[in-house]
Amino acid sequence: MNRVYQPSGLRESNPTRAEGLLADLHLDLPLLTGLVLLCGFGLVILYSAGDQNLDLIKRQLIRLGLAFAVMFVLAQVPPSQIRRWSPWLYGIGLMMLIAVLLVGYEGKGAQRWLDLGLFRFQPSELTKLAVPMMIAWFLAEKALPPEWKRLAVAGGLILMPVLLIYKQPDLGTALLVASAGIFVLFLAGLSWRFIGGMVITAIPIALAMWEWGMKTYQQDRVLTFLAPERDPLGTGYHIIQSKIAIGSGGLFGKGWLNGTQSHLEFLPERTTDFIFAVAAEEFGFAGILLLLALYIFIILRGLYIATRAQDTYSRLLGGSLTLVFFVYLFVNTGMVSGILPVVGVPLPLISYGGTSLVTIMGSFGMLMSIHTHRKLLPT
Amino acid sequence: MTASKRKKRAQKVLKDSQTKLPSFSARRWTLLTLLGLSGLVLVWKAVDQQIFETDFLQREGQRRHLRVVEVSAHRGMITDRLGEPLAISSPVDSVWANPWVLAPERFALAPLAQVLGKKTDDLRQLLARRSNRSFVYLKRRVNPDLAERLNKVLEKHEISGVGLQREYRRFYPAGEVFAHVVGFTNVDDKGQEGLELAYENWLQGVPGKKRVIRDGQARVVRDVESIRVPVNGRDLALSLDRRLQFLAYRELKAAVKHNKAKSGSAVMLDVRTGEVLAMVSQPAYNPNGSKSGRRGRFRNRALTDVFEPGSTMKPFTVAAALETGRYDPDTKIDTRPGVLKVGRYKVKDIRNYGVIDVSTVIAKSSNVGVSKIAMGLSEEELWSFFSSMGFGESAETGFPGEASGQLTPPGGWAKIDHATLSFGYGLSVTPMQLAQAYGVLAADGVRRPVSLLRIDQAPKGTRVLSRKTARAVRTMMKAVVSPAGTAPGAAVAGYQVAGKTGTVKKSISGGYADDRYMAVFAGMAPASDPRLVMIVMIDEPRAGKYYGGQVAAPVFSKVMAGALRLLNIPPDAVHQDGARLAASGGAG
Repeated sequence: MNRVYQPSGLRESNPTRAEGLLADLHLDLPLLTGLVLLCGFGLVILYSAGDQNLDLIKRQLIRLGLAFAVMFVLAQVPPSQIRRWSPWLYGIGLMMLIAVLLVGYEGKGAQRWLDLGLFRFQPSELTKLAVPMMIAWFLAEKALPPEWKRLAVAGGLILMPVLLIYKQPDLGTALLVASAGIFVLFLAGLSWRFIGGMVITAIPIALAMWEWGMKTYQQDRVLTFLAPERDPLGTGYHIIQSKIAIGSGGLFGKGWLNGTQSHLEFLPERTTDFIFAVAAEEFGFAGILLLLALYIFIILRGLYIATRAQDTYSRLLGGSLTLVFFVYLFVNTGMVSGILPVVGVPLPLISYGGTSLVTIMGSFGMLMSIHTHRKLLPT
Repeated sequence: MTASKRKKRAQKVLKDSQTKLPSFSARRWTLLTLLGLSGLVLVWKAVDQQIFETDFLQREGQRRHLRVVEVSAHRGMITDRLGEPLAISSPVDSVWANPWVLAPERFALAPLAQVLGKKTDDLRQLLARRSNRSFVYLKRRVNPDLAERLNKVLEKHEISGVGLQREYRRFYPAGEVFAHVVGFTNVDDKGQEGLELAYENWLQGVPGKKRVIRDGQARVVRDVESIRVPVNGRDLALSLDRRLQFLAYRELKAAVKHNKAKSGSAVMLDVRTGEVLAMVSQPAYNPNGSKSGRRGRFRNRALTDVFEPGSTMKPFTVAAALETGRYDPDTKIDTRPGVLKVGRYKVKDIRNYGVIDVSTVIAKSSNVGVSKIAMGLSEEELWSFFSSMGFGESAETGFPGEASGQLTPPGGWAKIDHATLSFGYGLSVTPMQLAQAYGVLAADGVRRPVSLLRIDQAPKGTRVLSRKTARAVRTMMKAVVSPAGTAPGAAVAGYQVAGKTGTVKKSISGGYADDRYMAVFAGMAPASDPRLVMIVMIDEPRAGKYYGGQVAAPVFSKVMAGALRLLNIPPDAVHQDGARLAASGGAG
């Protein structure tokens, strides 16, 4: 154990025993507390959303265990090591994405899964970590802010996996991966002029995408997002039902296990993408505020860790991972409450499901590693 | 490497990396502002939905899961006069589906179609047609065993969006026999024909309402409250006697078949109360089966079809004459030469009967004789008497589609009309009206309303004819059934029978057909104190025989014999074998 880089005696005050132990294990106490509280709240919500199905809870607990284990393991790996892995991981992710398109397993109308014999694996999840790692590694090689040429290469590095994921088709994950990469670019000092130019060119590109790039179901999603009442029994049904669920929660909610919209099966996908509506219905505005407070605490802690990072790579990666977590949260809650279109992004750490849980906890593991492997200097 | 050296190096590395990092203060604040703004948007949305719009959205939510549903009321039972069930409602299940939930379940359709006995493609098309609805019946009123099998299939294949709904199905235990009287209901339990339609409000009851919680697949999860308790329909006891009805049905059906007739009907009345004891029509249908096909089968011909009564009108012409006091049964009428010229027309008898008395006019059914009697009465006298017998006005049984027949009021009659009216042409009646009129003769001149429902106290009725006249006409009609009369086949062993035959040429456009007849017999028994009146009408017998005495009278005889025996009516013909034996046995 690298006690050399983490000499507790060099801190301003002497740590308590527990803090000392956590420091030895390379865990960040505030972040860990936030995560545990959030996951605990998530299980409570899931128990209600899943109609008190204990099997469901058991399966989710196993996944949570696995996810926390991944977090723990990654927290032990020093950032320098992670940095060295970055291009390799990116390469593997890209190959797997290509493999998925060629031999992938089809589920729910999209090719997302790769059958590895023992278990099925979603390579697009891996790229959620690999892309920000790769871009951070690439940009941290030279002085910041990056030159135009490097920016162009970085843009290509982001675009390749994003296009591959978009082709599966999985719009939600493609957006998340793209935003992860773009956040690294932004944090690395992407010039304001360039950002302005991108925004101006994005509008015609978006229009072109609408016309030629989107499948009908995706266009439908956007259209019903703009006017859910357009098709109340069809695609607009999800949004209408979830708006009703959220709204009928009121200030303090209908109480745990008492949500009518969710328990009477009006609310679709209530254990996965729409679990936020279940929480809103049963715990009301107060519950939502509590939930958002936990998220914001975790995000702020993540950003704090990123700003305290001691090298460019760690700082870029930490910032990007935290911001992606925020994008997760915003896209999901935005879609459930009708601010954003339905793009199929789970509520991080609460929605039922395994792969995203593992990658998210993995990213927190890296954040903890960044924070706990700092080279502290005596004051 | 010493500790100080290492420290120095670490310091240098740290310094290097820090200088390399540009100070992105503006960038950091931009990011934090963006984060804060999007957080605010989320919170604002929550405030908007959970505080400002919560009432509206809660109502919307309740609209989706709180539903008011109808609780079907049990439809009243229809029974015969003895309480035997004729129409009963039994609980059954109807299969419904929510196309929106079911249609996407591709693998559910095949097993579902199989258990329902439908084609998979048909089912798919049905669901596709109603894809914008959330409710469609797949099959109404299924048998309990099918419902059970369906539940198993739903469970096995985990099909959602299909359910069962409790309903009542009408069942008619007496089937064809009472079909025309009772009628039937449609799939929504509403009366369509017959008394089911006439007494719809009485039978149907008031469906209740209750508020229930329904889930997203329209299954009722829980009852919340009862808004209105269903009021079950009331039972209806008919005046008809199932045993007599069956007898009449059997004999009429056999006669219609045997004589290759087009149709037929028969009505039997209780003389003392005016209740209808039996009312049958041919052809009939099975009210429990499919209702498609010829609608003519649904007609209750005894009430809805009119015909020219022909010779069965003659007793009324004679009664009208006797009532004036200018005629008595022995008044001589000259029917020579068997032909009577009235204007441009000729009234003919089968043969020349010579000079005969009024009684013989009935016994021989002389057209010339009865025409001469009618000519001796004024138009007004004849019309008002017929009218008082109930001709030309509805019998008011309340039966749907009941006809009232036609009797043209005087003033504008041609002379020939005056004559033909006396033997039953130029007016139209229903078998029920004819039965009611014969009922007046049977009841010693008292007219009572006819009733299809059982009545506990006989209505008083109104006297429209003197007792003396009624008895005199009855005596004349006894001769018709005698071996010398036109209808010996109507006789019933042990009982005196009075009656009159009718062999009516059917009217066709521009005149009367020479080869198409209606065979009618109207009669009553026991003639000394009549209890039962019966009309038998058989339309277009085509098997050779067509006289009322040959075709209709035997039906009368068989049904009347059975009815008298079933109702325990004492015989009044002591001179006949059975009664004489009984009498001598009693004496010795």
